[in-house]
Amino acid sequence: MIEGIFIEGCIYGIMALGVFITFRVLDFPDLTVDGTFPLGAAIMAAFLTHGLNLWLALFIASIGGFLAGMLTAVMHNELKIPNLLAGILTMILLYSVNLRILGTSNVSLLNVNTILSNTYDFLKLHFGFSREISYMLLFILVIMIIKLLLDLFFRTDLGLTLGALGNNEQMIKCQGVNPKIIKIIGVGLSNSLVAISGAFAAQYQNFADIGLGQGIIIAGLASVMIGEFLIKSNKIFWLTLNVILGSIIFNGVMYGARILIFNIPFLKASDLKFVQVLLVVACLAVTRIQAFLQKKRRKSQ
Amino acid sequence: MIKLENLSIIFNEGTPDENRALKNINLQIREGDFITIIGSNGAGKSTLFNLIAGTYTPTSGRIFINNKNVTRVPEYRRARFIGRIFQNPLMGTAGNMSLEDNLMMACKKGFKWPVISLNSTMRSLFRQELVQLEMNLENRLKDNVALFSGGQRQALTLLMMVLSSPSLVLLDEHTAALDPKNAQLVLELTTMFIEKYKLTTVMITHNMAQAIQYGNRLLMMDNGEIIFDVSGRGKEQLTIEKLVEKFHEIRKKEFATDEVLLSE
Repeated sequence: MIEGIFIEGCIYGIMALGVFITFRVLDFPDLTVDGTFPLGAAIMAAFLTHGLNLWLALFIASIGGFLAGMLTAVMHNELKIPNLLAGILTMILLYSVNLRILGTSNVSLLNVNTILSNTYDFLKLHFGFSREISYMLLFILVIMIIKLLLDLFFRTDLGLTLGALGNNEQMIKCQGVNPKIIKIIGVGLSNSLVAISGAFAAQYQNFADIGLGQGIIIAGLASVMIGEFLIKSNKIFWLTLNVILGSIIFNGVMYGARILIFNIPFLKASDLKFVQVLLVVACLAVTRIQAFLQKKRRKSQ
Repeated sequence: MIKLENLSIIFNEGTPDENRALKNINLQIREGDFITIIGSNGAGKSTLFNLIAGTYTPTSGRIFINNKNVTRVPEYRRARFIGRIFQNPLMGTAGNMSLEDNLMMACKKGFKWPVISLNSTMRSLFRQELVQLEMNLENRLKDNVALFSGGQRQALTLLMMVLSSPSLVLLDEHTAALDPKNAQLVLELTTMFIEKYKLTTVMITHNMAQAIQYGNRLLMMDNGEIIFDVSGRGKEQLTIEKLVEKFHEIRKKEFATDEVLLSE
Protein backbone atom coordinates (compact mmCIF):
# COMPACT_ATOMS: atom_id res chain seq x y z
CA MET A 1 0.00 0.00 0.00
CA ILE A 2 2.63 2.52 1.08
CA GLU A 3 4.78 1.45 -1.85
CA GLY A 4 1.87 1.95 -4.24
CA ILE A 5 1.18 5.45 -2.96
CA PHE A 6 4.87 6.30 -3.18
CA ILE A 7 5.28 4.96 -6.71
CA GLU A 8 2.16 6.71 -8.00
CA GLY A 9 3.22 9.85 -6.17
CA CYS A 10 6.52 9.80 -8.03
CA ILE A 11 4.95 9.08 -11.43
CA TYR A 12 2.36 11.82 -11.06
CA GLY A 13 5.02 13.97 -9.40
CA ILE A 14 6.76 14.31 -12.76
CA MET A 15 3.50 15.67 -14.16
CA ALA A 16 3.06 17.93 -11.12
CA LEU A 17 6.53 19.38 -11.76
CA GLY A 18 5.33 20.27 -15.26
CA VAL A 19 2.20 21.90 -13.88
CA PHE A 20 4.38 23.76 -11.38
CA ILE A 21 6.41 25.26 -14.23
CA THR A 22 3.38 26.64 -16.06
CA PHE A 23 1.12 27.63 -13.18
CA ARG A 24 3.65 28.87 -10.69
CA VAL A 25 6.85 29.80 -12.51
CA LEU A 26 5.42 31.11 -15.80
CA ASP A 27 2.00 32.16 -14.49
CA PHE A 28 0.55 30.60 -17.63
CA PRO A 29 -2.43 28.41 -16.64
CA ASP A 30 -2.04 25.61 -19.16
CA LEU A 31 -4.69 22.94 -19.68
CA THR A 32 -2.81 21.21 -22.50
CA VAL A 33 -1.72 18.82 -19.74
CA ASP A 34 -4.96 16.83 -20.03
CA GLY A 35 -4.00 15.99 -23.61
CA THR A 36 -0.24 15.58 -23.29
CA PHE A 37 -0.49 13.05 -20.45
CA PRO A 38 -2.32 10.47 -22.62
CA LEU A 39 -0.12 11.57 -25.55
CA GLY A 40 2.93 10.37 -23.64
CA ALA A 41 1.11 7.15 -22.76
CA ALA A 42 0.05 6.60 -26.38
CA ILE A 43 3.53 7.16 -27.81
CA MET A 44 5.00 4.80 -25.22
CA ALA A 45 2.36 2.16 -26.00
CA ALA A 46 2.99 2.44 -29.73
CA PHE A 47 6.72 1.90 -29.22
CA LEU A 48 6.19 -0.95 -26.77
CA THR A 49 3.77 -2.88 -28.95
CA HIS A 50 6.14 -2.56 -31.91
CA GLY A 51 9.05 -3.76 -29.80
CA LEU A 52 11.13 -0.62 -30.31
CA ASN A 53 13.72 0.86 -27.97
CA LEU A 54 12.17 1.90 -24.64
CA TRP A 55 14.42 4.84 -23.89
CA LEU A 56 13.93 6.16 -27.41
CA ALA A 57 10.19 5.88 -26.74
CA LEU A 58 10.55 8.00 -23.63
CA PHE A 59 12.56 10.55 -25.59
CA ILE A 60 10.00 10.71 -28.42
CA ALA A 61 7.19 11.02 -25.87
CA SER A 62 8.91 14.05 -24.34
CA ILE A 63 9.43 15.60 -27.77
CA GLY A 64 5.73 15.03 -28.53
CA GLY A 65 4.79 16.76 -25.30
CA PHE A 66 7.12 19.65 -26.08
CA LEU A 67 5.55 20.16 -29.52
CA ALA A 68 2.03 20.11 -28.05
CA GLY A 69 3.04 22.72 -25.46
CA MET A 70 4.67 24.74 -28.20
CA LEU A 71 1.42 24.72 -30.18
CA THR A 72 -0.46 26.13 -27.18
CA ALA A 73 2.15 28.83 -26.64
CA VAL A 74 2.29 29.79 -30.32
CA MET A 75 -1.51 30.06 -30.51
CA HIS A 76 -1.42 32.28 -27.46
CA ASN A 77 1.50 34.39 -28.75
CA GLU A 78 0.57 34.88 -32.37
CA LEU A 79 -3.22 34.69 -32.45
CA LYS A 80 -3.66 36.32 -29.02
CA ILE A 81 -5.91 33.46 -27.90
CA PRO A 82 -6.24 33.58 -24.09
CA ASN A 83 -3.92 30.98 -22.57
CA LEU A 84 -6.71 28.92 -20.96
CA LEU A 85 -8.55 28.62 -24.28
CA ALA A 86 -5.36 27.88 -26.23
CA GLY A 87 -4.63 25.02 -23.82
CA ILE A 88 -8.14 23.61 -24.18
CA LEU A 89 -7.93 23.78 -27.98
CA THR A 90 -4.67 21.83 -28.04
CA MET A 91 -6.11 19.37 -25.53
CA ILE A 92 -9.13 18.66 -27.76
CA LEU A 93 -6.92 18.41 -30.83
CA LEU A 94 -4.71 15.91 -29.03
CA TYR A 95 -7.68 13.63 -28.39
CA SER A 96 -7.79 12.81 -32.10
CA VAL A 97 -4.01 12.59 -32.32
CA ASN A 98 -3.90 10.18 -29.39
CA LEU A 99 -6.55 7.96 -30.95
CA ARG A 100 -4.50 7.89 -34.16
CA ILE A 101 -1.38 6.85 -32.28
CA LEU A 102 -3.18 4.26 -30.16
CA GLY A 103 -5.28 2.87 -33.00
CA THR A 104 -8.02 1.97 -30.55
CA SER A 105 -9.19 3.60 -27.35
CA ASN A 106 -7.35 1.11 -25.17
CA VAL A 107 -4.10 -0.78 -25.66
CA SER A 108 -2.99 -3.49 -23.24
CA LEU A 109 0.70 -3.63 -22.34
CA LEU A 110 0.51 -6.80 -20.26
CA ASN A 111 2.57 -9.04 -22.51
CA VAL A 112 5.38 -6.66 -23.43
CA ASN A 113 8.61 -5.71 -21.74
CA THR A 114 8.50 -2.25 -20.24
CA ILE A 115 11.14 -0.14 -18.50
CA LEU A 116 9.48 -1.20 -15.26
CA SER A 117 9.42 -4.92 -15.94
CA ASN A 118 13.02 -4.81 -17.21
CA THR A 119 14.14 -3.06 -14.02
CA TYR A 120 12.28 -5.61 -11.93
CA ASP A 121 13.80 -8.55 -13.79
CA PHE A 122 17.27 -7.08 -13.38
CA LEU A 123 16.95 -6.28 -9.67
CA LYS A 124 15.29 -9.61 -8.88
CA LEU A 125 18.07 -11.50 -10.61
CA HIS A 126 20.91 -9.64 -8.90
CA PHE A 127 19.51 -8.60 -5.52
CA GLY A 128 16.30 -10.60 -5.10
CA PHE A 129 14.16 -7.46 -4.70
CA SER A 130 10.38 -7.64 -4.84
CA ARG A 131 8.38 -5.91 -7.55
CA GLU A 132 7.31 -3.01 -5.30
CA ILE A 133 10.83 -2.34 -4.04
CA SER A 134 12.24 -2.47 -7.58
CA TYR A 135 9.66 0.02 -8.85
CA MET A 136 10.25 2.26 -5.87
CA LEU A 137 14.00 2.33 -6.46
CA LEU A 138 13.48 3.02 -10.15
CA PHE A 139 11.13 5.93 -9.54
CA ILE A 140 13.22 7.47 -6.77
CA LEU A 141 16.06 7.50 -9.27
CA VAL A 142 13.92 8.86 -12.13
CA ILE A 143 12.26 11.64 -10.18
CA MET A 144 15.49 12.67 -8.47
CA ILE A 145 17.28 12.95 -11.82
CA ILE A 146 14.41 15.00 -13.26
CA LYS A 147 14.19 17.17 -10.16
CA LEU A 148 17.93 17.88 -10.00
CA LEU A 149 18.11 18.63 -13.73
CA LEU A 150 15.21 21.05 -13.32
CA ASP A 151 16.90 22.71 -10.34
CA LEU A 152 20.05 23.09 -12.39
CA PHE A 153 18.06 24.50 -15.30
CA PHE A 154 16.39 27.12 -13.14
CA ARG A 155 19.77 28.37 -12.01
CA THR A 156 20.90 29.04 -15.58
CA ASP A 157 20.37 32.42 -17.24
CA LEU A 158 17.51 30.99 -19.30
CA GLY A 159 15.93 29.44 -16.22
CA LEU A 160 16.12 32.73 -14.33
CA THR A 161 14.44 34.50 -17.23
CA LEU A 162 11.66 31.92 -17.17
CA GLY A 163 11.11 32.67 -13.50
CA ALA A 164 11.11 36.41 -14.08
CA LEU A 165 8.58 36.18 -16.93
CA GLY A 166 5.84 34.90 -14.64
CA ASN A 167 6.68 37.69 -12.24
CA ASN A 168 7.10 40.68 -14.48
CA GLU A 169 6.80 40.42 -18.25
CA GLN A 170 7.77 44.07 -18.82
CA MET A 171 11.08 43.47 -17.07
CA ILE A 172 11.88 40.60 -19.44
CA LYS A 173 11.26 42.87 -22.41
CA CYS A 174 13.45 45.56 -20.86
CA GLN A 175 16.26 42.99 -20.58
CA GLY A 176 16.10 42.51 -24.35
CA VAL A 177 14.44 39.08 -24.25
CA ASN A 178 11.51 38.10 -26.46
CA PRO A 179 8.84 36.90 -24.00
CA LYS A 180 7.16 34.83 -26.74
CA ILE A 181 10.21 32.58 -27.11
CA ILE A 182 10.47 32.14 -23.35
CA LYS A 183 6.79 31.14 -23.17
CA ILE A 184 7.28 28.56 -25.91
CA ILE A 185 10.27 27.07 -24.10
CA GLY A 186 8.50 27.09 -20.73
CA VAL A 187 5.18 25.61 -21.81
CA GLY A 188 7.00 23.11 -24.03
CA LEU A 189 9.26 21.98 -21.21
CA SER A 190 6.29 21.64 -18.89
CA ASN A 191 4.38 19.47 -21.33
CA SER A 192 7.35 17.29 -22.14
CA LEU A 193 7.54 16.43 -18.41
CA VAL A 194 3.81 15.66 -18.43
CA ALA A 195 4.24 13.36 -21.43
CA ILE A 196 7.09 11.52 -19.70
CA SER A 197 4.84 11.11 -16.68
CA GLY A 198 2.10 9.68 -18.92
CA ALA A 199 4.58 7.28 -20.52
CA PHE A 200 5.53 5.92 -17.10
CA ALA A 201 1.90 5.78 -15.95
CA ALA A 202 0.99 3.59 -18.94
CA GLN A 203 3.82 1.20 -18.12
CA TYR A 204 2.86 1.08 -14.47
CA GLN A 205 -0.80 0.37 -15.17
CA ASN A 206 0.03 -1.98 -18.05
CA PHE A 207 -2.32 -0.25 -20.42
CA ALA A 208 -2.67 2.99 -22.34
CA ASP A 209 -6.11 4.49 -22.46
CA ILE A 210 -7.53 7.48 -24.32
CA GLY A 211 -9.19 8.66 -21.09
CA LEU A 212 -6.02 8.45 -19.03
CA GLY A 213 -5.52 12.19 -18.77
CA GLN A 214 -9.04 13.18 -17.83
CA GLY A 215 -8.87 15.71 -15.00
CA ILE A 216 -5.18 15.10 -14.51
CA ILE A 217 -4.61 18.85 -14.28
CA ILE A 218 -6.52 18.78 -10.97
CA ALA A 219 -4.11 16.20 -9.58
CA GLY A 220 -1.20 18.35 -10.68
CA LEU A 221 -2.59 21.57 -9.28
CA ALA A 222 -3.62 19.99 -5.99
CA SER A 223 -0.15 18.48 -5.62
CA VAL A 224 1.47 21.85 -6.25
CA MET A 225 -0.84 23.60 -3.77
CA ILE A 226 -0.47 20.99 -1.04
CA GLY A 227 3.29 21.10 -1.54
CA GLU A 228 3.39 24.85 -1.04
CA PHE A 229 2.53 24.45 2.62
CA LEU A 230 5.24 21.93 3.41
CA ILE A 231 8.59 23.70 3.38
CA LYS A 232 8.70 27.47 3.24
CA SER A 233 11.52 28.68 1.06
CA ASN A 234 12.22 30.64 -2.12
CA LYS A 235 14.98 28.24 -3.16
CA ILE A 236 14.17 26.21 -6.23
CA PHE A 237 15.57 23.05 -4.58
CA TRP A 238 12.86 23.14 -1.91
CA LEU A 239 10.13 24.35 -4.26
CA THR A 240 10.50 21.33 -6.55
CA LEU A 241 10.90 18.95 -3.60
CA ASN A 242 7.62 20.33 -2.20
CA VAL A 243 5.85 19.55 -5.47
CA ILE A 244 7.02 15.92 -5.35
CA LEU A 245 6.07 15.53 -1.68
CA GLY A 246 2.73 17.21 -2.44
CA SER A 247 2.11 14.68 -5.17
CA ILE A 248 2.84 11.78 -2.81
CA ILE A 249 0.47 13.21 -0.19
CA PHE A 250 -2.17 13.78 -2.85
CA ASN A 251 -1.95 10.17 -3.96
CA GLY A 252 -2.21 9.09 -0.34
CA VAL A 253 -5.42 11.08 -0.05
CA MET A 254 -6.74 9.47 -3.25
CA TYR A 255 -5.92 6.07 -1.79
CA GLY A 256 -7.76 7.07 1.38
CA ALA A 257 -10.81 7.89 -0.73
CA ARG A 258 -10.77 4.39 -2.20
CA ILE A 259 -10.59 2.87 1.29
CA LEU A 260 -13.53 5.02 2.38
CA ILE A 261 -15.58 3.88 -0.60
CA PHE A 262 -15.01 0.23 0.22
CA ASN A 263 -15.61 0.54 3.94
CA ILE A 264 -18.61 2.85 4.19
CA PRO A 265 -21.66 0.74 3.24
CA PHE A 266 -23.86 3.41 1.64
CA LEU A 267 -21.11 4.61 -0.73
CA LYS A 268 -20.92 3.11 -4.19
CA ALA A 269 -17.82 2.74 -6.36
CA SER A 270 -19.21 5.43 -8.64
CA ASP A 271 -19.01 7.93 -5.76
CA LEU A 272 -15.21 7.79 -5.91
CA LYS A 273 -14.74 11.08 -7.79
CA PHE A 274 -17.10 12.87 -5.41
CA VAL A 275 -15.20 11.68 -2.34
CA GLN A 276 -11.86 12.43 -3.97
CA VAL A 277 -12.82 16.02 -4.70
CA LEU A 278 -14.17 16.47 -1.16
CA LEU A 279 -10.89 15.20 0.28
CA VAL A 280 -8.81 17.48 -1.96
CA VAL A 281 -10.92 20.47 -0.95
CA ALA A 282 -10.56 19.46 2.71
CA CYS A 283 -6.78 19.19 2.22
CA LEU A 284 -6.56 22.64 0.70
CA ALA A 285 -8.84 24.05 3.42
CA VAL A 286 -6.49 22.68 6.08
CA THR A 287 -3.53 24.34 4.39
CA ARG A 288 -5.44 27.64 4.22
CA ILE A 289 -6.35 27.46 7.90
CA GLN A 290 -2.74 26.70 8.71
CA ALA A 291 -1.60 29.77 6.80
CA PHE A 292 -4.26 31.88 8.50
CA LEU A 293 -3.19 30.75 11.96
CA GLN A 294 0.43 31.48 11.16
CA LYS A 295 -0.45 34.99 10.06
CA LYS A 296 -2.47 35.56 13.21
CA ARG A 297 0.34 34.32 15.41
CA ARG A 298 2.79 36.63 13.68
CA LYS A 299 0.44 39.56 14.19
CA SER A 300 -0.07 38.90 17.88
CA GLN A 301 3.66 38.76 18.49
CA MET B 1 22.47 59.70 -32.09
CA ILE B 2 18.72 59.37 -31.62
CA LYS B 3 16.67 61.02 -34.33
CA LEU B 4 12.89 61.31 -34.51
CA GLU B 5 11.52 62.37 -37.88
CA ASN B 6 7.96 63.68 -38.30
CA LEU B 7 6.75 61.28 -35.67
CA SER B 8 2.97 61.08 -35.25
CA ILE B 9 0.66 58.65 -33.58
CA ILE B 10 -3.11 58.58 -33.71
CA PHE B 11 -5.09 56.39 -31.35
CA ASN B 12 -8.49 55.00 -32.40
CA GLU B 13 -8.10 56.42 -35.88
CA GLY B 14 -11.36 56.93 -37.75
CA THR B 15 -13.58 56.69 -34.68
CA PRO B 16 -15.20 59.46 -32.63
CA ASP B 17 -12.55 58.79 -29.97
CA GLU B 18 -9.75 59.67 -32.39
CA ASN B 19 -6.84 61.09 -30.47
CA ARG B 20 -3.76 62.59 -32.09
CA ALA B 21 -1.44 61.93 -29.19
CA LEU B 22 1.71 63.12 -30.97
CA LYS B 23 1.87 65.52 -33.89
CA ASN B 24 4.90 65.68 -36.15
CA ILE B 25 7.59 65.41 -33.55
CA ASN B 26 11.11 66.17 -34.77
CA LEU B 27 13.83 65.71 -32.24
CA GLN B 28 17.53 64.99 -32.22
CA ILE B 29 19.15 63.67 -29.07
CA ARG B 30 22.94 64.04 -29.07
CA GLU B 31 25.29 61.72 -27.29
CA GLY B 32 25.79 62.82 -23.69
CA ASP B 33 22.62 64.92 -23.60
CA PHE B 34 20.62 64.99 -20.40
CA ILE B 35 17.18 66.19 -21.43
CA THR B 36 14.32 66.92 -19.06
CA ILE B 37 10.74 66.92 -20.36
CA ILE B 38 7.86 68.69 -18.66
CA GLY B 39 4.25 68.99 -19.64
CA SER B 40 0.81 68.54 -18.19
CA ASN B 41 -1.08 65.26 -18.17
CA GLY B 42 -1.98 64.12 -21.66
CA ALA B 43 0.73 66.22 -23.28
CA GLY B 44 2.23 63.11 -24.89
CA LYS B 45 5.36 62.64 -22.77
CA SER B 46 4.83 59.00 -21.97
CA THR B 47 3.56 58.30 -25.48
CA LEU B 48 6.83 59.71 -26.79
CA PHE B 49 8.74 57.28 -24.55
CA ASN B 50 6.54 54.39 -25.65
CA LEU B 51 7.37 55.22 -29.27
CA ILE B 52 11.12 55.51 -28.66
CA ALA B 53 11.14 52.27 -26.66
CA GLY B 54 8.96 50.46 -29.20
CA THR B 55 5.89 49.71 -27.07
CA TYR B 56 3.82 51.50 -29.73
CA THR B 57 4.45 51.75 -33.46
CA PRO B 58 4.00 55.27 -34.85
CA THR B 59 1.22 56.03 -37.34
CA SER B 60 3.78 57.92 -39.42
CA GLY B 61 7.37 59.07 -39.12
CA ARG B 62 10.67 57.36 -38.44
CA ILE B 63 12.93 56.67 -35.49
CA PHE B 64 16.70 56.28 -35.76
CA ILE B 65 19.02 54.97 -33.07
CA ASN B 66 22.74 55.23 -33.92
CA ASN B 67 21.76 55.97 -37.55
CA LYS B 68 19.77 52.74 -37.77
CA ASN B 69 16.10 52.90 -38.62
CA VAL B 70 14.35 51.12 -35.75
CA THR B 71 10.78 52.25 -36.43
CA ARG B 72 9.58 48.66 -36.90
CA VAL B 73 12.04 46.92 -34.57
CA PRO B 74 10.16 45.20 -31.69
CA GLU B 75 10.46 46.51 -28.15
CA TYR B 76 12.55 43.67 -26.75
CA ARG B 77 15.16 44.12 -29.48
CA ARG B 78 15.40 47.88 -28.97
CA ALA B 79 15.73 47.28 -25.24
CA ARG B 80 19.28 46.15 -25.94
CA PHE B 81 20.27 49.80 -26.41
CA ILE B 82 17.66 51.40 -24.21
CA GLY B 83 17.45 51.41 -20.42
CA ARG B 84 13.98 52.37 -19.29
CA ILE B 85 12.71 53.03 -15.79
CA PHE B 86 9.02 53.39 -15.01
CA GLN B 87 7.15 55.35 -12.40
CA ASN B 88 6.05 52.13 -10.70
CA PRO B 89 9.04 50.85 -8.71
CA LEU B 90 7.76 47.28 -9.04
CA MET B 91 8.06 47.32 -12.85
CA GLY B 92 11.82 47.03 -13.10
CA THR B 93 12.52 43.98 -10.96
CA ALA B 94 11.10 40.49 -10.42
CA GLY B 95 9.81 40.49 -6.85
CA ASN B 96 9.70 36.73 -6.32
CA MET B 97 13.35 36.35 -7.20
CA SER B 98 16.47 37.05 -5.23
CA LEU B 99 18.55 40.19 -5.58
CA GLU B 100 21.46 38.32 -7.17
CA ASP B 101 19.18 36.62 -9.72
CA ASN B 102 17.75 39.99 -10.71
CA LEU B 103 21.19 41.49 -11.13
CA MET B 104 22.36 38.48 -13.11
CA MET B 105 19.54 38.90 -15.61
CA ALA B 106 20.32 42.59 -16.05
CA CYS B 107 24.02 42.00 -16.65
CA LYS B 108 23.67 40.69 -20.17
CA LYS B 109 20.97 41.95 -22.48
CA GLY B 110 19.62 39.74 -25.25
CA PHE B 111 18.69 36.07 -25.38
CA LYS B 112 19.58 34.05 -22.30
CA TRP B 113 21.18 30.65 -22.86
CA PRO B 114 20.95 27.71 -20.47
CA VAL B 115 24.35 28.35 -18.90
CA ILE B 116 25.06 29.16 -15.27
CA SER B 117 26.79 32.55 -15.14
CA LEU B 118 26.10 33.33 -11.50
CA ASN B 119 29.29 32.50 -9.63
CA SER B 120 31.44 33.96 -6.86
CA THR B 121 33.15 36.39 -9.26
CA MET B 122 29.78 37.80 -10.29
CA ARG B 123 28.63 37.95 -6.68
CA SER B 124 31.63 39.98 -5.58
CA LEU B 125 31.11 42.28 -8.57
CA PHE B 126 27.46 42.73 -7.53
CA ARG B 127 28.53 43.55 -3.97
CA GLN B 128 30.94 46.20 -5.23
CA GLU B 129 28.24 47.77 -7.37
CA LEU B 130 25.59 47.61 -4.64
CA VAL B 131 27.84 49.51 -2.22
CA GLN B 132 27.30 52.59 -4.40
CA LEU B 133 23.61 52.62 -3.46
CA GLU B 134 24.51 52.98 0.25
CA MET B 135 21.43 50.97 1.22
CA ASN B 136 23.23 48.01 2.75
CA LEU B 137 21.85 45.82 -0.04
CA GLU B 138 25.28 44.24 -0.60
CA ASN B 139 24.59 41.97 2.37
CA ARG B 140 21.18 40.88 1.13
CA LEU B 141 22.06 39.18 -2.17
CA LYS B 142 19.93 36.12 -1.38
CA ASP B 143 16.85 38.04 -0.25
CA ASN B 144 13.77 38.26 -2.44
CA VAL B 145 13.40 41.69 -4.02
CA ALA B 146 9.75 41.78 -2.85
CA LEU B 147 11.08 42.33 0.69
CA PHE B 148 12.68 45.65 -0.27
CA SER B 149 11.03 49.08 -0.01
CA GLY B 150 9.89 51.00 -3.09
CA GLY B 151 12.93 53.28 -2.86
CA GLN B 152 15.31 50.34 -2.61
CA ARG B 153 13.66 48.64 -5.56
CA GLN B 154 13.84 51.76 -7.71
CA ALA B 155 17.51 52.26 -6.77
CA LEU B 156 18.12 48.64 -7.68
CA THR B 157 16.33 49.09 -11.02
CA LEU B 158 18.62 52.04 -11.63
CA LEU B 159 21.71 49.96 -10.88
CA MET B 160 20.46 47.11 -13.09
CA MET B 161 19.92 49.58 -15.89
CA VAL B 162 23.44 50.97 -15.48
CA LEU B 163 24.99 47.48 -15.43
CA SER B 164 23.61 46.82 -18.92
CA SER B 165 25.38 50.00 -20.21
CA PRO B 166 22.58 51.33 -22.44
CA SER B 167 23.07 53.91 -25.24
CA LEU B 168 19.95 55.77 -24.13
CA VAL B 169 18.26 56.06 -20.76
CA LEU B 170 14.54 56.83 -20.51
CA LEU B 171 13.31 57.87 -17.06
CA ASP B 172 9.53 58.08 -16.88
CA GLU B 173 8.85 60.04 -13.69
CA HIS B 174 10.85 57.40 -11.91
CA THR B 175 10.75 59.16 -8.53
CA ALA B 176 7.09 60.21 -8.59
CA ALA B 177 5.79 57.17 -6.68
CA LEU B 178 8.36 57.44 -3.88
CA ASP B 179 8.19 59.39 -0.62
CA PRO B 180 10.12 62.72 -0.68
CA LYS B 181 13.19 61.35 1.12
CA ASN B 182 13.54 58.29 -1.13
CA ALA B 183 12.71 60.36 -4.21
CA GLN B 184 15.60 62.69 -3.41
CA LEU B 185 17.89 59.72 -2.77
CA VAL B 186 17.02 58.01 -6.06
CA LEU B 187 17.38 61.29 -7.93
CA GLU B 188 20.86 61.84 -6.47
CA LEU B 189 21.84 58.30 -7.45
CA THR B 190 20.48 58.94 -10.94
CA THR B 191 22.59 62.05 -11.48
CA MET B 192 25.61 60.31 -9.96
CA PHE B 193 25.31 57.41 -12.42
CA ILE B 194 24.60 59.70 -15.37
CA GLU B 195 27.76 61.68 -14.68
CA LYS B 196 29.91 58.66 -13.87
CA TYR B 197 29.00 56.65 -16.96
CA LYS B 198 28.25 59.64 -19.27
CA LEU B 199 24.78 58.27 -20.03
CA THR B 200 22.58 59.91 -22.65
CA THR B 201 19.37 60.50 -20.75
CA VAL B 202 15.83 61.74 -21.20
CA MET B 203 13.87 62.33 -18.01
CA ILE B 204 10.16 63.08 -17.71
CA THR B 205 9.19 65.03 -14.63
CA HIS B 206 6.17 66.88 -13.31
CA ASN B 207 8.35 69.04 -11.17
CA MET B 208 9.41 72.29 -12.87
CA ALA B 209 12.16 73.02 -10.38
CA GLN B 210 13.67 69.60 -11.07
CA ALA B 211 13.38 70.07 -14.81
CA ILE B 212 15.28 73.33 -14.54
CA GLN B 213 17.88 72.11 -12.06
CA TYR B 214 18.92 68.94 -13.89
CA GLY B 215 20.20 68.32 -17.38
CA ASN B 216 21.55 70.46 -20.20
CA ARG B 217 18.38 70.73 -22.22
CA LEU B 218 14.69 71.17 -21.45
CA LEU B 219 11.67 70.32 -23.57
CA MET B 220 8.15 71.48 -22.81
CA MET B 221 5.34 69.45 -24.32
CA ASP B 222 1.71 70.30 -24.71
CA ASN B 223 -1.10 68.68 -26.64
CA GLY B 224 1.16 66.29 -28.55
CA GLU B 225 3.75 68.84 -29.58
CA ILE B 226 7.12 70.02 -28.35
CA ILE B 227 6.37 73.70 -27.80
CA PHE B 228 9.61 74.83 -26.20
CA ASP B 229 13.14 73.51 -26.55
CA VAL B 230 15.93 75.22 -24.67
CA SER B 231 19.51 74.22 -23.97
CA GLY B 232 22.89 75.62 -22.93
CA ARG B 233 22.91 79.18 -21.55
CA GLY B 234 19.22 79.66 -22.17
CA LYS B 235 18.44 76.78 -19.89
CA GLU B 236 20.88 77.89 -17.20
CA GLN B 237 19.10 81.22 -16.88
CA LEU B 238 15.67 79.63 -16.74
CA THR B 239 13.45 80.07 -13.68
CA ILE B 240 10.02 78.73 -12.91
CA GLU B 241 8.46 82.17 -13.51
CA LYS B 242 10.13 82.46 -16.90
CA LEU B 243 8.97 78.97 -17.80
CA VAL B 244 5.35 79.75 -16.93
CA GLU B 245 5.59 83.04 -18.81
CA LYS B 246 7.00 81.21 -21.80
CA PHE B 247 4.10 78.81 -21.76
CA HIS B 248 1.60 81.71 -21.73
CA GLU B 249 3.44 83.38 -24.53
CA ILE B 250 3.35 80.30 -26.71
CA ARG B 251 -0.08 79.03 -25.93
CA LYS B 252 -1.81 82.30 -25.01
CA LYS B 253 -4.41 80.47 -23.04
CA GLU B 254 -5.53 80.10 -19.48
CA PHE B 255 -2.77 78.42 -17.49
CA ALA B 256 -4.63 78.03 -14.24
CA THR B 257 -5.36 74.35 -14.58
CA ASP B 258 -1.90 73.50 -15.78
CA GLU B 259 -0.30 75.46 -13.00
CA VAL B 260 -1.86 73.07 -10.55
CA LEU B 261 -0.50 70.07 -12.41
CA LEU B 262 3.00 71.47 -12.93
CA SER B 263 3.65 71.88 -9.26
CA GLU B 264 6.94 73.10 -7.88
